[in-house]
Amino acid sequence: MVLRDLQVEREAFAARTGWELKPEGACRDDRCIPLPGDVGEGPVDVRLVADAVGMALVGDEARGLWALGPESGGRALTHARMPDLELPDRHGRSFSLRSLRGTKVVMVAWASW
Amino acid sequence: MALDLGGVEAAAPWIDAAQAEHPSLIDEGHLLDELLGIHNVPMAVWIDERGMLVRPPEVAHPGRAVLAELLAAGLPEDTPPLLVETLAEAAKIRIEPQRYVRALRDWVEHGPASAFALGPDEVVTRSRPRPLRASQAAAHFELGQHLHRHGDFEGAREHFRTAHRLDPANWTYKRQAWSLEDPLQGPTEHYDSDWLSDVRASGPENYYPLPDL
Repeated sequence: MVLRDLQVEREAFAARTGWELKPEGACRDDRCIPLPGDVGEGPVDVRLVADAVGMALVGDEARGLWALGPESGGRALTHARMPDLELPDRHGRSFSLRSLRGTKVVMVAWASW
Repeated sequence: MALDLGGVEAAAPWIDAAQAEHPSLIDEGHLLDELLGIHNVPMAVWIDERGMLVRPPEVAHPGRAVLAELLAAGLPEDTPPLLVETLAEAAKIRIEPQRYVRALRDWVEHGPASAFALGPDEVVTRSRPRPLRASQAAAHFELGQHLHRHGDFEGAREHFRTAHRLDPANWTYKRQAWSLEDPLQGPTEHYDSDWLSDVRASGPENYYPLPDL
């Protein structure tokens, strides 16, 4: 997640990372990790959540940018449910992986390079 | 799923040539790297009817050893020397395409009763370890992609180089960045590594870990 500001609207943060701020802390699926202090109702302080969850926060001061890495400290997968993804096909039409529910899927990652 | 910063322009010719009847999507932002731990291609996951992963990301080849067939047929005389060397090194990489496809067909036939279908805990346990350095590398790789898209190519290279240093076993980060400079992923002034040198250094036998089937 590339950022220009370390204060991010909650909905945008949850949509991109899966982590929601609740009174009990930063929550995703059935896990909640306590955050220091009162998180209030406003935007997410990315530094607080990054520290608590183990998401790397790296900066490029010269360009005024930051990026937030995925949760660390365990495995790349934290659960076995395939994330809902919508990606375009070669004509730019959006395709939802969820539309394939009910059938077995082999998803192969390849590249032109 | 094409992991391609070049987007449609890069992936479409291959999709069209394959004339595939299955969905062929383009992951221009390398989301699968971050979400699943994909770190080279080709890798695949198996997803059951309920949307559950029953195999973690692992090296996945089709039932043909395409490179071996290509080399056996002989390369054209005007093949660039770097490509000849690269293909010769690639031919040393161990793959088991027929074994993988046999396992896949077994799962298709037997579903959860297949010995190759794993439970959720096993899927998670077999996925790639993600220490803080890997998360840092992912963040730098994303910054690199962002800057490349916005035309700041030197800025992008800085972050790609940092991602390579932090997560040297992530071939996706390397191959994507190298290919932006040279389609053969050979040596350039921008990186102190390239495909052929890195594969030789780490050993071609380590390039594609064989799936634990």
